[in-house]
Amino acid sequence: MRDMNKKVLVAVSGGVDSSTALLLLKEQGYEVAAAHMKLWDYADVGGDSYSDGRCCSLESINDLRIICNRLQIPFYVLDFSRQFRETVIGNFVSEYRAGHTPNPCILCNTHLKWSDFLQKGREIGCDYIATGHYAITAYDHAGSRYILRKGVDATRDQSYALWGLNQEALSRTLLPLGGYHKTEIREIARRLGLKNAEKPESREICFIADDDYHRFLREWEEKEGRSFQPGDIVEKNGRVLGRHEGIAFYTIGQRKGLGITHPTPLYVLDIDVEANTIIVGEDEELLSDKMTVSRINWVSIDNPVASFQAKVKIRYLHNAASATVSLREGNIAEVSFERPQRAITPGQSAVFYEGDMVLGGGIIEKEKNC
Amino acid sequence: MKQIYLDYNSTTPLDERVLEAMLPYLKGKFGNASSLHNFGREAKAGIEEAREEMAALIGAEPAELYFTSGGTESDNLALKGIGYARKAKKDHLIVSAIEHHAVLTTAKYLEKNGFKADYLGTDREGFVSPPELKEKLTDRTSIVSIMHANNEVGTVQDIRPLVDIAHEKGALFHTDAVQSVGKIKVDVRQLEVDLLSLTAHKICGPKGIGAIFIRKGIKIAPLLHGGHHEKGRRAGTENVAGIVGFARALELAVSTRESEHARLAGLADFFISQVQSKISDVHLNGPRDNNRRIPSTVNLSFQAVEGESIILSLDMKGVGVASGSACTSGSLEASHVLTAMDVPPELAQGSIRFSMGRFTTKEDLEYTISVLPEIIDRLRAMSPLYNKDR
Repeated sequence: MRDMNKKVLVAVSGGVDSSTALLLLKEQGYEVAAAHMKLWDYADVGGDSYSDGRCCSLESINDLRIICNRLQIPFYVLDFSRQFRETVIGNFVSEYRAGHTPNPCILCNTHLKWSDFLQKGREIGCDYIATGHYAITAYDHAGSRYILRKGVDATRDQSYALWGLNQEALSRTLLPLGGYHKTEIREIARRLGLKNAEKPESREICFIADDDYHRFLREWEEKEGRSFQPGDIVEKNGRVLGRHEGIAFYTIGQRKGLGITHPTPLYVLDIDVEANTIIVGEDEELLSDKMTVSRINWVSIDNPVASFQAKVKIRYLHNAASATVSLREGNIAEVSFERPQRAITPGQSAVFYEGDMVLGGGIIEKEKNC
Repeated sequence: MKQIYLDYNSTTPLDERVLEAMLPYLKGKFGNASSLHNFGREAKAGIEEAREEMAALIGAEPAELYFTSGGTESDNLALKGIGYARKAKKDHLIVSAIEHHAVLTTAKYLEKNGFKADYLGTDREGFVSPPELKEKLTDRTSIVSIMHANNEVGTVQDIRPLVDIAHEKGALFHTDAVQSVGKIKVDVRQLEVDLLSLTAHKICGPKGIGAIFIRKGIKIAPLLHGGHHEKGRRAGTENVAGIVGFARALELAVSTRESEHARLAGLADFFISQVQSKISDVHLNGPRDNNRRIPSTVNLSFQAVEGESIILSLDMKGVGVASGSACTSGSLEASHVLTAMDVPPELAQGSIRFSMGRFTTKEDLEYTISVLPEIIDRLRAMSPLYNKDR
C-alpha cells in the first residue's frame, strides 16, 4: 500500500475512467492534482471539434474543471503538443509510409505519459502520477521488482498498451482502476456525480477524432508537401489484380476496400514498399507461426533466460496465444507460436504474458522471407 | 493553506469602497440611462458624474472620455476606429513589438484587411527607439500605438518625444495605459496623446468596464453599431454600476498614487534583493530603476529552469504568479515581450512575473521567498541545462 500522504498528479482526459481514477485517489486520502495533457490541435490534425464528443473535447474537460473546482482539486492543462507531434504523429505517418501498421497509443504511453508527463509530475513536487488505465502495478518483493499485471476485467484490460514502462516509471505510478470491473467503475462514477458515467468508450486514435485515418494521412502528407503514390495490387505470383491508392491505406489482413472482384475473398498478405505493391491472397495464407519482435522492453522480469514459454498478444484485440520466445542479441526475440496466428502485422506491438503478468513487449518486425 | 496573490498585473481584487460605490446602482438605481423618466435620469446622472470625475483625473475633458467593456475593446476601437476612419489616404500603422495582444492581434488583423503595419523593436530593457519610429513613419501612417507601461516587465516608455515625432508626420498617437493609469502620473495634456486606453480591473475596480480617451475633433469609426450611446461612438446600454465603480477605483488609485508607488517600490526592492541573495543566477527583466519601471512589476528569469513548473509548484504552495502574460499562459512559446527585448530563449522560458498591489504585504513576500529556493533547487537538480559546477 502506497503512502497516503503523497501527492499524485493524475492524467485526465475528460473520460469516465480518468475522472473516476482522480476521485477514487482523492477518496483514498491522496493529495491529488489533475492535469489534462493537451496533445494536439484540431487546426493541425483536421476533424470537427463540434461533432466530436469524446476524450479531449472541451465539453468534457469543462465538466471536469467544475468538479475539480468544487472539490478544491488543482486543475492544470499541460501542453505537450510539440512532443506529441514529433514523437507520436511523426512516427504514425512514417510507419504507414513504410508499410507498417503503428500503434500510436503505445508510443504516447512510453514516450509522453511515462516520460514527459512523469517528469512534469516530479518537477511540481508530486510523488506519483496516475492514470485511468485498467491494469495493475505492484511491487514484488521476491523479485525486487515492480510488476505489471492485467486488470481484473478481461474485457477492459489495457495492460497491452503499457509494455514500454520501465522500473523507474512503475515505481512512481498508481493505477487505481485495475482491480475493478468497468460496470463497477460506472457505478462509482455515478455515485461521485460524474456526468460522463454514461459516455461511450473511446477506442480509436485520439488525434483522429472522426476516425477517418485516410483523411488524416492524406491531409497531413499534403501539408508536408508529399502525397501517396498509387500502385498495383498483386497476387503472390505477381499477377496484377487491381490498383491501390497508396500503401499507407492498407493493413495486413484487410479485406475491405480492395476493389477487386474475385471468386473467393482476398486479404492483404504483405506490403512491398519498394515495389509500391499490395500483395493479396486467401485467408489461410494469413496464417503464420513465426514472428520477430524487436525493441523489447522487459517489465516484470529482468534478464530473461534465453528461451521460455509465454502467452503472446499480437494486437490489442487478440487472445494471447502460447508461444516459445527465443532471445537474440540487441533486444530482439524470435517467437514461435504453438498454433499459427492470423495476420501478424509489422508495426504492431507484441506483448509477452505469463498468466496475468506482463513480462515485456516489443514491436513486430517484417519477416524477411514472405 | 495560505493563499498569496502576486498577479496584480493580470487582475486585482475589488476594493470594498468600490463595491460600496457600485451597490446603489446594482440594487437601487437600475434604470436605463437612455430612458426619459426619472429611473433613467438618475442612472444617467451616475454615469455623467463618473465621467466628469474620471476625465479630470487624467487631464481630459468629459466629452473626450468614452466607456467601453475594457482595455481590449478600447485598444480595438483605437486601432480599427482610427484605421478605418482614415483609410483612404492613410493605411499604415506602427505599433511596438511589445504591445499587449489586444493591440498586436488587432494590428495583424488590419494587415490582413488592406493595411500595412510595422512593429518597432526595443532595446534590452524594453524601450522603443525614437529614431527607429521616425524612420518607419511615412505620409501614409495613420496611427502609432505604443503602450505607456508594459504589462510583462513594467517598462515605462518616455511617451512624449514619441508623440512629437508621430505628430510631425501627421500620424495620430494612441497609448495603451492599462498598466500605468493609477500607478504613475497619466495626464493626456502632458503626454499629448490623441487616444488612450484604460481599464478598471487593474486598479481594484470591477471587470468588464474600461474607457478610451479620444481627443476632441478626432473622427473614429465605431466598432459597435446600434443606439446612439456615447455620442454614437459606442452603442450599447451602459454598465452604470461598472462605470460608477470605475470612477471610484480611479479616484482611490490616483489619490494614493505617490505613497503607493513608494511603498510598492520598497516591497519590490526587498523582494528582488532577498531572492537574489537566496537563489543564484536570477535575472530581472526590465529596467531596475523604479522610475523607469512600474516598481510593482518584478519579472525574474531563473537560469536553466522552465517557468511553467515554477508556477505550478508555487500554486501548490498557495502562491499565484504568472509567466508571460495571463492571456498567453498555457502556450509553449516564450513571451513575445522578452523575445523583442532579446532575452535569450533559455532565460525567457524560465521567467516568472511577480506583480504586487494595494493589498500586498511584506509577509506575503516573506512567505514567497521562503518557499521559492526549494522549488528552484529541485528543478535545477532535474535540469540538464544547469551547470552544477558553478
